[in-house]
Amino acid sequence: MIIGIPKETQPSEKRVAIAPDNIAAFAKLGYEVVIENGAGEQANLANPAFVEAGARIADSASAVWGDSDLILKVTPPSMEESEMIKEGATLISFVYPARNEELLKKLCERKINLLAMDCVPRISRAQSMDALSSMANVAGYRAVVEASHVFGRFFTGQITAAGKVPPAKVLIIGAGVAGLAAIGAARNMGAIVRAFDTRPAVKDEVKSLGASFLELDFEEDGAGSGGYAKVMSKEFIEAEMKLFAEQAAEVDVIITTAMIPGKKSPILITEEMVKSMKQGSVVVDLAAEGGGNCELTEAGTAKVAYGVTIIGYTDFPSRLPTQSSKLFGNNLVKLVQLLGTADDFSINQDDEVVRGALVLDQGKISWPPPPVETSVAPAKKPETPQEEVAEEKSKNPLLSGGFLLGLLSVSLLALGWNGSSEFLDQITVFVLACFVGYMVVWNVTPALHTPLMSVTNAISGIILIGGMLFVSGANPWLAGVAIFVATINVAGGFLVTQRMLKMFRK
Amino acid sequence: MNAGNLSSLYPMSEGLVTMAYLVSGIFFILSLGGLSKQETARRGNVYGIIGMTIAIFATFMSGKVGNFELLIPLMLGGAIIGAVMAKRVEMTSMPELVAILHSFVGLAAVLVGIASFMDPGHALLEGSDKLIHEIEILLGVFIGGITFTGSVVAFGKLRGSLSGKPILLPFRHFLNLGMVLGSVYLGSQFISQGHDAALITLLIVTGISLVLGVHLIVAIGGADMPVVVSMLNSYSGWAAAAAGFMLKNDLLIVTGALVGSSGAILSYIMCHAMNRSLVNVIFGGFGTGSGGSGGSSEIEGSITETSAHEVAEELKESNEVMIVPGYGMAVAQAQHVVKEITENLRGKDVNVRFAIHPVAGRLPGHMNVLLAEANVPYDIVFEMDEVNDELPEVDMLLVIGANDIVNPSAQEEENSPIAGMPVIEAWKAKTVVALKRSMATGYSGVENPLYYKENCHMLFGDAKDSLGQVLSGLN
Repeated sequence: MIIGIPKETQPSEKRVAIAPDNIAAFAKLGYEVVIENGAGEQANLANPAFVEAGARIADSASAVWGDSDLILKVTPPSMEESEMIKEGATLISFVYPARNEELLKKLCERKINLLAMDCVPRISRAQSMDALSSMANVAGYRAVVEASHVFGRFFTGQITAAGKVPPAKVLIIGAGVAGLAAIGAARNMGAIVRAFDTRPAVKDEVKSLGASFLELDFEEDGAGSGGYAKVMSKEFIEAEMKLFAEQAAEVDVIITTAMIPGKKSPILITEEMVKSMKQGSVVVDLAAEGGGNCELTEAGTAKVAYGVTIIGYTDFPSRLPTQSSKLFGNNLVKLVQLLGTADDFSINQDDEVVRGALVLDQGKISWPPPPVETSVAPAKKPETPQEEVAEEKSKNPLLSGGFLLGLLSVSLLALGWNGSSEFLDQITVFVLACFVGYMVVWNVTPALHTPLMSVTNAISGIILIGGMLFVSGANPWLAGVAIFVATINVAGGFLVTQRMLKMFRK
Repeated sequence: MNAGNLSSLYPMSEGLVTMAYLVSGIFFILSLGGLSKQETARRGNVYGIIGMTIAIFATFMSGKVGNFELLIPLMLGGAIIGAVMAKRVEMTSMPELVAILHSFVGLAAVLVGIASFMDPGHALLEGSDKLIHEIEILLGVFIGGITFTGSVVAFGKLRGSLSGKPILLPFRHFLNLGMVLGSVYLGSQFISQGHDAALITLLIVTGISLVLGVHLIVAIGGADMPVVVSMLNSYSGWAAAAAGFMLKNDLLIVTGALVGSSGAILSYIMCHAMNRSLVNVIFGGFGTGSGGSGGSSEIEGSITETSAHEVAEELKESNEVMIVPGYGMAVAQAQHVVKEITENLRGKDVNVRFAIHPVAGRLPGHMNVLLAEANVPYDIVFEMDEVNDELPEVDMLLVIGANDIVNPSAQEEENSPIAGMPVIEAWKAKTVVALKRSMATGYSGVENPLYYKENCHMLFGDAKDSLGQVLSGLN
């Protein structure tokens, strides 16, 4: 089976579907990879790298589209490209089926299978093929780079001979994949980072990256299905907007990432707030494609309003093409692995992940799939019963210790009541020795437990003496065997301990 | 002139022998005390040897020992065999050696008990002295018998010649109880019977104790062997102490009590480390109780495989590396490669440390011995409790052939069979690489969600081979 990688045709698209590293993985599954001449050039992945990894170069787009059984691509195909695809082939790319009805109709005619990378269900098992996440990660990083590019100052604070530089303050709204990546990048550049999210569950993640988590004095959990936040109540939004207004006046950079799937992005930064920002501040709107989180955002461009640069690019991942291509390629490899090897290629609809991503099944529309539920935060465990258990446990040893001591004393007294004095002497020795052993052994460090065991083993060979006392008696052989095995024990035990202890060194 | 002649010519007085025994007992206590720290451990062992030499010499010279033609060759033979065993044994098979040595003590106790009963001196006893002596014999033989066959079974399980799986007969608790009650009944007959009939009864009791030893230990799973071995260690001590009572020998009593309590403490520590009661271990095949059938909840997520090459690259870039070894390292004999990797990384200024779980391996302290054999300095080997808090700062954590001891279900799932067991919180490290032969579960049979965590990568294959590749990647 042939996998075809066409060159991306949308203007400004610099990515390519796979990187040379991925070709070996496809070859292992038995696929032959054909790549269009110069497909990776804009991503700094030139032809020779692909050839070296085992791919074949095709001269024209039509050769790739016409000959391949499986086409891997980044963006949705254009109308012209859809014409070229072989009937019955399989195409995997971003599709956005909700906004590309025309394209779907066209592809239906070609009777192809179409898997959408943007429809891979966001469940734990499918994380390794979740291209939306890997692209969001790139976008979050790039957002910080774009912001710092137009921002006139350092992100980090410095005290230099030429004066003190205060660190930049960055506010990140929405701590999803992109938001967290942005937090990490901004922190690494030395900025003071604050983040806000409607889902309290992400608080720990935000803090772990070194940002502070802004909280509203308001109880409402914004966790929705599929890893996205849901729409919040009116009161909540009012409180939230008040917080943003306060922050806008204070921070230097705002990065917004609030997208709600299939809906227009909510306006979080109003014109008023932009006005209140300092001159030279930057707003990066990662939700520009869905209408933007900032009232003034213009999708696809950067513009300056009231002295604030508002960046509304929609192609952040493409602005880091090498990285994006590599990550996207890795996601594709994982998805293709689910579809099987070249000899055993099948679209297994019983698989939740494949079913979720499948948009066209041999030309029939099979989208949207039946819903899949996932949980974001693990269910909280009841805490009170655990404490009770712990309490009970801590009481027990005391009780049983006292009880045992009492029992021991009573039984010792009972023995003393009625027994020969010789036996009592022995009991005295025995009990005292037990206590000495108890006290001494507790001090042994766990690392020496094996040597302790072999030494105690050797000295329990002392039973040898018992054998010696009977060897001249009525049954010399009985005692003889006892002596024999006990001596093995003594010699073996001590020598092996010696050998072990020699090895312990600092 | 041999030792025999010497001792009959110049017998030590009884008082002198008693004092010699006292000195020897003190040396044994010092010996155990010495083992508390690595620095003094070797001296501790030497004290033990001195104590034993004094005891044997004093017994020789006490004038109560004869038949040297038989005694001396036997002792020499035993000493040579013991020395060869000690010399030859692989450090990875220490658990087997310890187990088989325990069985010898058990066997010796049984034989000494029977010999003591058949000794003409016994027939001379009367009244309560006779009664006490007979009870002592019975106890010594009974404990010795259990120790003997129990240790042989444990040895077989550790060697792998017997299946590690618990063998559970129906009504096994009743069987055990029946055997104990039967022995008690026979014991009560024994003390009232005439000498010959009593001997037969004693032999029957011996037989029962041998069967009981087998039955008790076959019901215990392979993963519980650390507890079993230390328990048998304790039994062997009690057997020696019982022999001391019947021989009216204080040294045997003292030594037996020392060993007995030492083994008991070790068993307690091991049980504590697995969050289980001693009773549960002794009477339970693991994973056979309620809800123990394994994965009590479905694990979500997928595993990520990695390659030796990638691991080597990541190791090079780490500052803090933690290694968690388990039984798998012993099986693969990978401790030497582990040490090479450690040295290599330390040469690159990477801080490499080891974290040892109390029940890692098949013997208490097993991992420490293996690492020591490979010359890993002991000051970079830490206990679980010492490192658990520092794990979030660890860049890279290697789990080598360990499973249950790094299983997050112990903390996260209340219904898990290992719930509440203290574990090394490996998942808190930034990156975890788990070396494993396959996705099979550990001894407890519980699925390990660690492998499905996002920060955990799997490196499949024999630990020694994989680590060899990692090492060549580092060079």
